[in-house]
Amino acid sequence: MLLVLLLAPLLTGFVRKVKARLLRRQGASIFQPYRDLLRLLRKEVVLAENASWLFRVTPYVTFAAIWVAAALVPTFATGLLFNWTADLIAIVALLGSARFFLALAGMDVGTSFGGIGSSREVMIAALAEPAMLLIVFCMALVAGSTQLSTVANFMASSYVGLRVSLGMAVIALIMVALAENARIPVDNPATHLELTMVHEAMVLEYSGRHLAMIEFGAFLKLLLYVSLIACVFLPWKIAVFGTGALSYAVGAAAYIVKLAAAGFFLALFETATAKMRVFRVPQFLGAALMLGLLGTLLLFVSRSF
Amino acid sequence: MPPVVLQMACIAGLLGLAVLAIILSRSKAATAVVYGATLALSAIALTGAIRWLLGDTTKPGDLVLPIGLPWLGAHFRLDALAGFFLVVVNLGGAAASLYGLGYGRHDHAPYRVLPFFPAFLAGMNLVVLADDAFSYLLCWEFMSLASWALVMAHHREAGNARAGYVYLVMASFGTLALLLAFGLLAGPAGDYGFAAIRATQHTPYTATLVLILMLLGAGSKAGLVPLHVWLPLAHPAAPSHVSALMSGVMTKVAIYGFIRVIFDLLGQPGWPASAVVLFLGGITAAMGILYAMMERDLKRLLAYSTIENVGIIFTSLGLAMAFQANGQKLAAALAFTAALFHVLNHSFFKSLLFFGAGAVLTATGERDMDRLGGLIHRMPLTSFVVLVGCVAISALPPFNGFVSEWLIFQAVLQSPELPQWALKIMVPAIGALLALAAALAAACFVKAYGVAFLGRPRSVAAETAGEVDRFSLAAMFILAALCLLAGILPGLVIDALSPVAMQILGSRMPIQVNEPWLSIVPIAESRSSYNGLLVMVFITISASLAVYFIHRFASHALRRGPAWGCGFSDPTPAAQYSGGSFAQPIRRVFGTLAFHARDHVEMPAPGDIRPARLRIELHDLIWEGMYEPIAAAVGLSSEKLNRLQFLTIRRYLSLVFATLVTLLLVLAIWS
Repeated sequence: MLLVLLLAPLLTGFVRKVKARLLRRQGASIFQPYRDLLRLLRKEVVLAENASWLFRVTPYVTFAAIWVAAALVPTFATGLLFNWTADLIAIVALLGSARFFLALAGMDVGTSFGGIGSSREVMIAALAEPAMLLIVFCMALVAGSTQLSTVANFMASSYVGLRVSLGMAVIALIMVALAENARIPVDNPATHLELTMVHEAMVLEYSGRHLAMIEFGAFLKLLLYVSLIACVFLPWKIAVFGTGALSYAVGAAAYIVKLAAAGFFLALFETATAKMRVFRVPQFLGAALMLGLLGTLLLFVSRSF
Repeated sequence: MPPVVLQMACIAGLLGLAVLAIILSRSKAATAVVYGATLALSAIALTGAIRWLLGDTTKPGDLVLPIGLPWLGAHFRLDALAGFFLVVVNLGGAAASLYGLGYGRHDHAPYRVLPFFPAFLAGMNLVVLADDAFSYLLCWEFMSLASWALVMAHHREAGNARAGYVYLVMASFGTLALLLAFGLLAGPAGDYGFAAIRATQHTPYTATLVLILMLLGAGSKAGLVPLHVWLPLAHPAAPSHVSALMSGVMTKVAIYGFIRVIFDLLGQPGWPASAVVLFLGGITAAMGILYAMMERDLKRLLAYSTIENVGIIFTSLGLAMAFQANGQKLAAALAFTAALFHVLNHSFFKSLLFFGAGAVLTATGERDMDRLGGLIHRMPLTSFVVLVGCVAISALPPFNGFVSEWLIFQAVLQSPELPQWALKIMVPAIGALLALAAALAAACFVKAYGVAFLGRPRSVAAETAGEVDRFSLAAMFILAALCLLAGILPGLVIDALSPVAMQILGSRMPIQVNEPWLSIVPIAESRSSYNGLLVMVFITISASLAVYFIHRFASHALRRGPAWGCGFSDPTPAAQYSGGSFAQPIRRVFGTLAFHARDHVEMPAPGDIRPARLRIELHDLIWEGMYEPIAAAVGLSSEKLNRLQFLTIRRYLSLVFATLVTLLLVLAIWS
């Protein structure tokens, strides 16, 4: 649980750094997100006059929900302590809870920017969540379980091989991950042009320690999705539960390499693509939904796809 | 006292109370007396039903009263299935009575509500207990009429008369379908007792017809698309505690009727039947929530969301039918339990949300969410419980809505084992529809809560609203607590439901109480498990840790200031996002197909100082495509037949003669 907390800002910092270097800028240090968080924590909170208790509670609720979800995803070893508490469907739903509260907080102050952010966020979620659930179905049907640890163990075993359905699922999962983490081409995490913002517009009224919690939650969510993709689709060298210290060390090293690779490709992809218009996003996510559905359908037709 | 006698005594009490209410209704104390008495009677019936369900249910209690058909009598029977639905009915009844103690005081014409409220409760209880076709239909019609009278309670308000009319037409149509269904089931010998029907072997032809008729009859009462049209009109028209009963409980009585006839009386319909139910359920879930998303009237939004939940329940029942037809007993028990669990959950949170809408109505006199806003400051307690209801209905952990949807998804994941290709291809698509409905439900309730309770007040009424009375709050808090309890201790609920599955399907889910840490494990731990309690504990611990560290190490400074809004502060509260604008992205994504939605912007020419106008065009395709042509055809034919009223006596006589000859001819050819 603590590991994800420590690593999450680093991943974001790394992505930002690579993006800057690709644009031939110097870029801030990869430790900058930690400094940002600390700075935000030290600042005072400026609260809108009519902000309610919901507005002040939401940062902690969303952070807690994302943290619990992130702690349930295996990073470098399978067999987490409480992995049977919640399966993949519950992890998706936990992220849904976080978003539900954040969208409500966007509506709380009663500015049009909050409203525009919330309404677009729920529109994106209305497509991304079913797509994600279908991807979960896909993995669950291949592995015969919705428990993430079991899925990861199954994928790490050698007899999975290449499968059409999993290929579709991984593409769909990457598309959903981009949308869920408010990355280009769905949303731009660095934008400051109001009309193009989705996630940033929703949290516009937050400041100080509240903003720090929300930012931290966003870092964690990125790490969660990368870990999820890594442990299900790139399971090499992941330490199976109870196999000694050496394999844990190898697993940890492999995990860091996987994170770095994923961060690099994310940065590369973001630099190479442009952001889409908001109403192109449904088509993008609709494609993810269809891929997920097709993958699931193939598995329903025959287990061997 | 045997449990069935206790239930019947409570029902007799309710009926007596209905008569008493007519006598009392003009007096001041009537509201308190009637709701107090219904609360007590429902609570007794509820306790009896729970004790019955948790005890030994293998020996059903029977009761025959010498009324009804002379050669049959009126049969009543309490078995596990009836016991479960009695719990749902009486829990809803008790909560609504408690709420009514406070809410009813604001009613300007209580004598229009008080006599029918206990009668309605009694009707629903009777339907669940009835054990022969005649008393079933009689009680069903009694329930419909009592609820119709409640819908018409405020008959002078705009739209309510039409709502009552549409409801009456649809209810009569539904009862007609049920009548025909029971006629087919009873066969030519006319054995109307459920025991006799159960013992008969029904031909596939009869079974198919009965399934269609039940989908029409029970489906129209439950709100299956496309028979749902009356529901969003009638449910909101009634007083709020009655709306809660109609949405939270009466639709469940219709589902009870469906389960009783299709699963219990008809025996085992084949798998094509399950495909039909699955398809209708999936469509209903998706369409219901899309309708809700477009709605700006708070109570109508809730009514449409009821349609969605009914769709989810029917989908789950369809899965159970598919598994049962293929002999997959465990999976069938899983899907069936999931359906019942969702029945229970929906009765909790839908009643809660209707109570919340009623509280808003009492405090502001408004149902239109675009004239509300900022209620979280004026009605903090109500806002809190309504938030709980919204989270629960959006299927988010750790509340109860998530658990039943999770069970349904687990059942979907069992279905690749089904041998039929049609089902194999259909189930993933239905699963996708359910996932879509769940995500849209979250969006819909962000909209409802965000627009009505958050933001700045959009009208004077919303600005000056105050908290509601203690009885209403108590009812809402109890339901909110039940939502949480069922969410964190789902194993107990599943175990309590197992006798019902055992009775209907002959199989049950594994015992859950013995699982470590009160997890739920539908099939095997390696496949899937969920622990609501631990999720709740983890979230609480993480949130407390975060709060502790922040408050220990971070700055405490807090300053109130005007909203930032990127430096552009909106001049009036009307500039906030409203229900319509919040739904705009989803309207553009789904609405163009489902509602032929179009936005028209009328931009005045430069120099013209008229304001620009945005008009949203929405079409209810089901109403326009199905009901309007039927209504037009009925109108046209009655116009044509109208001429028959003005004939001479000779023509009438020849008409009678011609009819007689035709009938005799038909009879001669038939035999």
